[in-house]
Amino acid sequence: MEKSLDPRIARLDIQRSDEHSTPIGKHEYWETYEVFVQSRRGKQHIHAGTVHAPDAEMALVFAKEQFGRRQHCVNMWVVATTDIFAFQYADSDMFDTVPEKLHREPGGYKVRDKIEAYRKKISQEKADKS
Amino acid sequence: MYGGGYIPGQENEKPDQFQDDPVKLKEFEARIERGEKIEPHDWMPQGYRKQLIRMIEQHAHSEIIGALPEGTWITRAPGFRRKMALIAKVQDEVGHGQLLYNAAETLGKSREEMMADLLSGKSKYSNVFNYPAKTWADVAVIGFLIDAAAIVNQVANSKGSYGPYCRALERICYEESFHLKQGHDAFVALATGTKKQRAMLQDAVNRWYRPIIHFFGPPDVASVHTEKLMRWKVKMMSNDAMRNQYLSSYVPKVRELGIEFPDPKLRKNADGTWSFSDPDWGEFKRVINGDGPCNKERLAVRKWVETEHQWIREALFNPNAKYTLPLS
Repeated sequence: MEKSLDPRIARLDIQRSDEHSTPIGKHEYWETYEVFVQSRRGKQHIHAGTVHAPDAEMALVFAKEQFGRRQHCVNMWVVATTDIFAFQYADSDMFDTVPEKLHREPGGYKVRDKIEAYRKKISQEKADKS
Repeated sequence: MYGGGYIPGQENEKPDQFQDDPVKLKEFEARIERGEKIEPHDWMPQGYRKQLIRMIEQHAHSEIIGALPEGTWITRAPGFRRKMALIAKVQDEVGHGQLLYNAAETLGKSREEMMADLLSGKSKYSNVFNYPAKTWADVAVIGFLIDAAAIVNQVANSKGSYGPYCRALERICYEESFHLKQGHDAFVALATGTKKQRAMLQDAVNRWYRPIIHFFGPPDVASVHTEKLMRWKVKMMSNDAMRNQYLSSYVPKVRELGIEFPDPKLRKNADGTWSFSDPDWGEFKRVINGDGPCNKERLAVRKWVETEHQWIREALFNPNAKYTLPLS
């Protein structure tokens, strides 16, 4: 290997680690935690991604580096991925109920039309009487 | 930043060696056709999973290996502000690597396996990080011209079909915009500086020109396999289309500063495509496969980090850890 341009690397005994290296074992990089970030007080915590960590406290430390270094952030939650229970996407048809749900939306109620029709009728009746 | 298109010789190996359920395959393709994203636990064709793991993993390796040539210059960056910017950028790149490893993991390959494959040379990463950053001008060229190329690639991929990869890329693209700006700023500072600075920059551009042409990968060969990857929205743009888009945007930005590319044949054709001299695709293949000027050093440094820090992982090792795929 040629001598490195980087003085720090040139000082390392990188050949040695080649001889001493052992393969990376399973779980050596720990399990995953899901990270939730709150950008401002009063807002919801929103899922931002995942970090690998040996425990929850370290997960918070890594989450701060990974998800808190750029955007504004006031708080974070971490939870072990294994502790999250989720539906399967394959079952998402269970969320299909009725094809339209206008009865539970404000736009589903058109009162103004009825009021206008009623007022028109009343004023017509008045006009007819006089 | 990231190494672009894809690495040749892999796509065409035994296509369709797995038989996918034709009914499920049809549903899957219809879903992508409708513009829906695929999530980790959805059914997906084997070829889709395999190709995505390879792509996202290569992308992740490129991020962490890509931090090395620039990291070299942190201690020697000219001035406090450039040092701060470079530290922030290198930290971002390593963070991008983490985001991408997690995205790849949702497809079923563990981070340990990916790292082991990087160190053994089985997994590849972008060609450009196997060239040395000899002077500060190299850092300016990397920050401006290499990051710009990476952004072209990443913006295209962020519109792909796999949810976790798209989400990671959205965050990455947001962060990359500052990288490009600071790179451009450093590039312009040298280009508008003293004679010596301009000469240093021209020298760096001369050396980086060919790796940059290589970056998006060799010209596309029309194949059933490529056509399928495009239909599945794994590959969003052809290598040539990305290269043309990149050259159209950035060649003028270099030439307006009076800096030249060392290729008299580099020019834009009437149809918007670009012509250039034969860039020696043999060199590209050699560099990808481990025989570039810096491959050995890059992997040796990575290995050093893994070996010397093993005691930390051991100290923090949690024997009760349960392995689960990340959720998203």
